[in-house]
Amino acid sequence: MSEKIDELKQTFQEDMDKAQNTEDLENIRVKYLGKKGTITELLKGMRNMQGDERKEAGKRINLLKAQVSESIQERGKQIQKEMEKRLLMADRRVDISLPAGNNIGSLHPITIVQRELEEIFSSMGFAVEDYNEVVTEYQNFEAVNVPKNHPARDMQDTYYLDNGELLKTQTSAAQNYILRKYGAPCRAIFPGRCFRNEALDASHENTFFQMEGMMVDKDISVANLIYFMETMLSEVFQTDITVRLRPGFFPFTEPSFELDIHCPFCGGKGCATCKHGGWIELCPCGMIHPNVLKMGGVDPDKYTGFAFGLGLTRLAMMKFDINDIRVLNSGNLKALDQFTIL
Amino acid sequence: MFLSMNWIGDFVDLTGVDMDDLMHKFTMGTAEVEGYQWVGKDVQDVVVGKIISCEKHPDSRKLHLLKVDVGDKVLDIVCGAPNARVGIKVPVALPGGKAGGMDIEPRMLAGCISNGMCCSQKELGVSDDHSGLWELPEDLPLGKDLKEIYEIDDFIFEVDNKSLTNRPDLWGHYGIAREVAALTGRTLKPYQTHSLDAYESLPEVPISVEDDSCYRYSAMAISNITVPKSPENMQIRLYRCGMRGINLLTDLTNYLMLELGQPMHAYDYKRVSQIEVKKFDQPFQFTTLDDKVRTVGTDTLMICSQGKPVCVAGIMGGQESEIVDDTDSFLLECANFDSMSVRKSTQALGLRTDAALRYEKTLDPEMTRTAVARYLKLLLEIDPDVKVISRFSDCYKKHYPHRVITIDKDYVDRYTGIDISEDRITKTLTDLGFGVTRRGKDFIVDVPSYRATKDVTIPADLIEEISRIYGYDNFAKKTTRAAIHPITMTPEHRLHRGVKNLLAFSYGSHEVHTYIWNDGKTLGQLGLSNKGILHLTNAVSPDIDTIREEMVPSLICVAAKNKTYAQEFSVFEIGSVVTGLDKDNLAIEEKHLGVVLVGQKGSEEKLVMRAKSICESIAKMLRGISFYYTNDESGDVKEWEHPYNAFTVMAADEDPITPDLNVGRIAIVHPSVSAKINKKLALVGIELNMDAIWPLTRIMPKFQEPSRFPSITADITYQVDSSVRYSEFMRVIAQHPSQLLKDTELMGIYEDPDVKGKKAVTIRYTFGADDRTLTSEEVTDAIEMYRGVMRELGAMVEG
Repeated sequence: MSEKIDELKQTFQEDMDKAQNTEDLENIRVKYLGKKGTITELLKGMRNMQGDERKEAGKRINLLKAQVSESIQERGKQIQKEMEKRLLMADRRVDISLPAGNNIGSLHPITIVQRELEEIFSSMGFAVEDYNEVVTEYQNFEAVNVPKNHPARDMQDTYYLDNGELLKTQTSAAQNYILRKYGAPCRAIFPGRCFRNEALDASHENTFFQMEGMMVDKDISVANLIYFMETMLSEVFQTDITVRLRPGFFPFTEPSFELDIHCPFCGGKGCATCKHGGWIELCPCGMIHPNVLKMGGVDPDKYTGFAFGLGLTRLAMMKFDINDIRVLNSGNLKALDQFTIL
Repeated sequence: MFLSMNWIGDFVDLTGVDMDDLMHKFTMGTAEVEGYQWVGKDVQDVVVGKIISCEKHPDSRKLHLLKVDVGDKVLDIVCGAPNARVGIKVPVALPGGKAGGMDIEPRMLAGCISNGMCCSQKELGVSDDHSGLWELPEDLPLGKDLKEIYEIDDFIFEVDNKSLTNRPDLWGHYGIAREVAALTGRTLKPYQTHSLDAYESLPEVPISVEDDSCYRYSAMAISNITVPKSPENMQIRLYRCGMRGINLLTDLTNYLMLELGQPMHAYDYKRVSQIEVKKFDQPFQFTTLDDKVRTVGTDTLMICSQGKPVCVAGIMGGQESEIVDDTDSFLLECANFDSMSVRKSTQALGLRTDAALRYEKTLDPEMTRTAVARYLKLLLEIDPDVKVISRFSDCYKKHYPHRVITIDKDYVDRYTGIDISEDRITKTLTDLGFGVTRRGKDFIVDVPSYRATKDVTIPADLIEEISRIYGYDNFAKKTTRAAIHPITMTPEHRLHRGVKNLLAFSYGSHEVHTYIWNDGKTLGQLGLSNKGILHLTNAVSPDIDTIREEMVPSLICVAAKNKTYAQEFSVFEIGSVVTGLDKDNLAIEEKHLGVVLVGQKGSEEKLVMRAKSICESIAKMLRGISFYYTNDESGDVKEWEHPYNAFTVMAADEDPITPDLNVGRIAIVHPSVSAKINKKLALVGIELNMDAIWPLTRIMPKFQEPSRFPSITADITYQVDSSVRYSEFMRVIAQHPSQLLKDTELMGIYEDPDVKGKKAVTIRYTFGADDRTLTSEEVTDAIEMYRGVMRELGAMVEG
């Protein structure tokens, strides 16, 4: 009996070694485990045995049957895997180097810089406001303490319209509106487009963006202004910025300052951006003139505040190293489509 | 404005002051210094010499061979100056010295040795005169270094005029000296004048001022003028500050203007001996002393004498009454005019003189007497024989109020945020010429007249004086102690941001910026008119004088410029347009989104669908509103629009009561316009009124639990006439509502080329219920209903 089993084992192993595919495997299954299979025949042959012999043979044959069955199953899985692999290997390979295109257009560089500033200011508790481009003389001038007959109102600077209004020459035109809307205390920025009647060249545009900001509260001081501008500009330029104030003159502030920053591009050594002076004149600012507060409905005896005007266009040019201001309003997609920053 | 440190040194002792440091302080504390330089460094070892022999060069027509006595020796010098002659004293640059931009060494000139150089004024940097040698006065000692006689050395700095706009007191050296004294802590010397009291008994110059824009007119008549030219050092100072010497009387007026900031004028007394200040009823021709004939309008103030105009007030004198060679007596004018009046006349005449520049700044009328007294002092020093023949005659019409401002230390602390001591406050203000009296905690500040015309009027103005001299560099930086307030983005802002992101990052569109006025030239080339409600009154060209009413034409112009950019692209902008005027005649300004999509001819439908998809996406972002699109072919079609493919975008919210809003347009751009850009192109425009849309923004609607039961879909294909629009199907479905119908979707439209005039429209219906699984009967009934209802559209149901 045991000889038979060993012999059977051996032939089974030989058969298995030859099996290449599922068909071969099925033939083997039938040969050994089928109704007339050799193992089935062995089991049938037990009928002639008795007692312990029969018990022993049963055990061994059933074990053999289980082993053969398992072996066939294992091999089946293996063959299946090999087949799948062959199919996958035969699949077309994708040429990932083919161009795929994208669905990304571009934002205007001013939009990108404006958003950056809006985020910085929002994080410091400033509201973001907007204002018209066509404004009245009162809004643009009187309400920000530019009296009638002031040189700033000259025809050569301001675009006047045939209904008596004008195109706003400065974002300060919105100061009155913002003060009236929020009252004191108030923190707000208002980016916007401004217009001045100027001849176009690489550094002059008649249409440009500014961003006005102001902060009004009890006891706002010059020292606060310096701290605040330095903090904010450090964030804008992503490096520690040193500022300095010089006396300036603007009708809407008193005292007024010209704010310079220590050139962040060359560290003050002198480069093209700072015109080799080490300092960049960046932003006019000052303590809001009591008359402006008054006209905005805020009591100048109780409140003080500072205001500043950042040249958004200039900032964008500095940030992106744009040398010709005319690019910005050119609508030339070959130049503008590179601004894909979200 | 150029300033001479020698001149400033007349009024404040600057010994030991570092000039770089002073310039920095001036920029930081007063006004921006645009540049500075030491002059005279390129002139060395130039001495007084006398030509004792002058022979013609044997081989040259121009050159002379000179023997020049320089005191301790006689030098052979080859010289080309036409005025070289025996007997004159001239500057001689010695070998080893410097002049005319050269290092002077003995050298051969046209075959002869030259041991030095005789110099012109230009070569010594004291004037532009290069016509010949500088002929020095006879009494100068031979061999004396010229720098010991003349102000060849100086330190010149330039201050940006614009930064002095609000400081009428800084338009002369004396005012600058006051600042320098305050910035360096030195003492300002008193301004030396000649007392006018002794002349009170002399006759008055008749002055009549007939116009309010003359605030003050002072005059004095002086005779017996014998010195024609002003001293060299005076001329050098004038030259270094950008003017030049003419004659003594005129030079002195200019000198006073540069010194005190007070313009003056000298008239030949033979022609002007009495004064009327007035405007004329009629324009007339007037010859100014630059020999130009100018038309003077009725708004321009004139100085007249016996009815005859002699000077444009505050701007320029007339040619007829100017000081000439034989002038031996003159009338000195020292006046003050309204700044606006001078500025307007300047603009009308197109003539902005140094005098006008100063009058525009609102000068202190108190200065006129000081200026006349100073003039007289300087004149008497130069020409002691002159005779004053009138008293100081004065017509003083407008006085500025005398200003006294009270502040206290708390106010200064609050405004500056730092602690500036009381002594420092007092010293700063005093140094700047303010009178300071203490009363308890208060500083009672008396504003000097030269600061009171407009510059210093309120307490905040004093803060500036105190802080700038203290130095902004010395300020501590301090954060604020303000309460925290939440900040949210305005809905308008949020919408703009969302729409820009959508277009740029979902639709691949490019944001551009265009001008608020139409691009008239490009519009014209495209056959579109330059339309708009508002116009600029002072545009440089009529092509850019019309404020736009809509965005799309601006963007069509951008598309035209980019026609070769890509096969398919789009541009967009959110910008301002003016759509009308309100009852007060004020502009109605709206923010509009404009998009122009560009593709190849034949892709119009695809482009319109893309445009619609953009609008649908915007509506979806807003939540709770929906857009629908109408085309009323008989309605107003814009010039740029295809007359039959222009659609109005209507916005409907969930509230049935509020009327639906017209928020914009989608249209194919008129083929004749796109053909002018390129025959192969098709364009589609979107114009959306963002101001109308953002108020529709809804708060987030309540969450809806999705049904847990399966839904069933059924596709039904209808065959209809090609002219039947999809909206008709939607209308029929809406008229036959079913509780079970959850959604419909267009699966496709097929037009069989063999079946003319017909199309097959396949719609997928989705049925379901929130509370149960539908039975097959329910579904069958519903499907049957939607198969049947389309008969009213003449539909045949396939399958």
